[in-house]
Amino acid sequence: MIEAAPSWLTSGLIYLSAAVIAVPLSRALGLGSIIGYLAAGIAIGPWGLGLVSNVEDILHFAEFGVVLMLFMVGLELEPRRLWALRRPIFGWGSAQVIGCAALLFAAALLAGLAWRVSLVAAMGLALSSTAIALQVMGERNLLPTSSGQAAFSILLFQDVAAIPVLALLPLLGGVDASQASGDARWLEAAKIVAVVVGIIVGGRLAVRPLLRLIAKSKTPEIFTAASLLLVIAIAASMRLVGLSMALGAFLAGVLLAESEYRRELETDIEPFKGLLLGLFFIAVGMSIDFGVLIASPLAITAIVLGFMLLKALLIYPLARAMGLPLQDRPVFTLLLAQGGEFAFVVFQAAAGAQVLSAETASLLIGAVAISMLLSPLLLVAIDKLLLPHYAQRNKPRMEELREPQHAPVIIAGFGRYGQIVGRMLAAQGLSATVLDHDADMIEAARSFGYKVFYGDASRLDMLRTAGAATAKVLVIAVDDTGQSLAIVDLAREHFPQLELVARARDVTHWNELRDRGVMRVEREVFESSLRSARTVLEVLGFPPYEARSQAMRFRRHNLELLSACTRITRIAPK
Amino acid sequence: MDELTEQGLSSGILVLAAHPDWRDSRVNRRLLAAARDAAGVAVRDLYDRYPDYDIDVPAEQALAATARLLVLLHPIQWYSMPALQKLWLDEVLTYGWAYGPGGTALQGKDLWLVATTGGAEGSYHPQGYNRYFFDAFLPPYEQTAALCGMRFLPPLVLHGARKSSEDAVGKHVAVFADRLATYPNWPEMDELEQCVACEVPGSDRPRATQQAVDD
Repeated sequence: MIEAAPSWLTSGLIYLSAAVIAVPLSRALGLGSIIGYLAAGIAIGPWGLGLVSNVEDILHFAEFGVVLMLFMVGLELEPRRLWALRRPIFGWGSAQVIGCAALLFAAALLAGLAWRVSLVAAMGLALSSTAIALQVMGERNLLPTSSGQAAFSILLFQDVAAIPVLALLPLLGGVDASQASGDARWLEAAKIVAVVVGIIVGGRLAVRPLLRLIAKSKTPEIFTAASLLLVIAIAASMRLVGLSMALGAFLAGVLLAESEYRRELETDIEPFKGLLLGLFFIAVGMSIDFGVLIASPLAITAIVLGFMLLKALLIYPLARAMGLPLQDRPVFTLLLAQGGEFAFVVFQAAAGAQVLSAETASLLIGAVAISMLLSPLLLVAIDKLLLPHYAQRNKPRMEELREPQHAPVIIAGFGRYGQIVGRMLAAQGLSATVLDHDADMIEAARSFGYKVFYGDASRLDMLRTAGAATAKVLVIAVDDTGQSLAIVDLAREHFPQLELVARARDVTHWNELRDRGVMRVEREVFESSLRSARTVLEVLGFPPYEARSQAMRFRRHNLELLSACTRITRIAPK
Repeated sequence: MDELTEQGLSSGILVLAAHPDWRDSRVNRRLLAAARDAAGVAVRDLYDRYPDYDIDVPAEQALAATARLLVLLHPIQWYSMPALQKLWLDEVLTYGWAYGPGGTALQGKDLWLVATTGGAEGSYHPQGYNRYFFDAFLPPYEQTAALCGMRFLPPLVLHGARKSSEDAVGKHVAVFADRLATYPNWPEMDELEQCVACEVPGSDRPRATQQAVDD
């Protein structure tokens, strides 16, 4: 051990090394990143090498990864789309949660447990892991599909349902913790309403101008800091009134989904989300109490298998009733059948309220953690054994359902050049995703009703978020030639299906673009200069049609010459 | 899109297709497809190649010179050809190349009009709203061929193209494809006279550089 180093340095060293070793290894074995994180957690935890002991604290801290994740999910979901999802959220969501809880409750009662213990265990186990489910669906590009939307709706309902479940616990406990008077309860309710209204109103009115102001300062790290501050502030205020932090972050995300800074927020939060989520999975791995496991292996096996099977029994028919495609149903069932991080909270709170004994609580928490460890493994099994079988049976339908929904055109750079391109497309009723990194320009364009996003198109992650993987055309209209070429290189390498339409600043730039195989290039002043030359001829007395013919001749000749020059420079050694 | 290749012209047939909006076409679009499917036939989609009416005259002349049969494929518009097809004639068939002294590039070739009309056959009648038999609108085509020393083959025309039955359109396209495949062995070929180029006195063309035929 490095005795002299401060503890944060030592912990950083331990967590990062564990992740850096375990995750690539796990991915190379085809097991996915989540198993890698969980394994890393087990390895460094109290039951592995024993390098870390304050598991509880880490788990609480890493829960923030889940909060960030829900913020990003919210960013993807405009209020209109959320409204459209209200039926699946409340209909299917309540069917899953109430159905599973009832089933588990009955099973526990039959097993001879006390009704209070049964009820708490059933409610906790009915929930699923949003973190694992969203991570898995994101990795598999399932989120935009009907199955992804369905799973997401149910997970969202679980987040809402966790609130009354937590509120119910003190009532079940032997100790009547809520001695509060009627007035105090009213006050609490008023606080909750105030915070939610504050988030909605603030997100709409205050945050956008604030982001605008910060973007104008042109200091990228301050924009990142502001993004993080936003999420932390919301989480803190939700915590204050006892609501789910994740739910608050999700709400804020939805409110910002329509803002022009959505892509930038996404790109800035993404690395933090990834790391914290990784830490969260590590903490889950660490929190598996192998002591309980060793003490009662039979009980824990029975609980894990029992609750996952019972949930699957209800969820699979549910998937059928929802009309999900056949090949998605096993994954959907598994992702919802596993236990979730909310269960940790529920069981810990239940132990605190003395509804569960400490042993029962750690037994249940262990079961949930194991189910979270098992589900990525089972997923690999589904992929290897089940899916090839399904895919063959259902091929044509699969293609239909997976068609991604994105604008066919991306315009990088919305200055004078990009604006004309965008306006003409808009006049044809064609939608385009527009990226620019000038806050003033975005402001101006937005005042005319354009959907312009704040972002740097020469970054791969930004292009990807803009839908470059599915778009048909990328218009490169940025001012900076270096940036323009960087975008071309990125697009050529990562999105070979994209047709590139480029603006060239001058002949050198034109040549560099053509060297990279971009054939649809226009020199930015060439055509307008030709128009002016035509006008001069007309003023000098040429008939307009003659002036036009001469301009076209000149144009053709000039383009031929330019292409010939390019060929020569290519042949000549540099 | 340009599917002209070295062996694209192996049959000696060049189809000049002109339609301002193929999406709006019912019959010509299928005729175009048939031409593209025919072996050894070169197809020039004029509106696709020259959307800005900026015709590359030397390239067009070089291509036309290698053909034995020029096919004009288009809908009849205002009793004539679409504007770009007319511009093609104006700019490509130059004095001293296609006609006049030394203008022998097209001599001995065949010209075939394949056209559709919106009006039904009955409308092309002294009592119909088009007031003339359809043949009355053909002389500009015929004389263009004659001036260049080309033989004008009997046109293939489908009247009332928008309202024709699916069956009739299918038959029409089949006839077109069959004609492309069997050229020059058509039954009526023997009855046609060979055309000799009309003389155009140089005094009618004051400017030697004059590019278009004017009157």
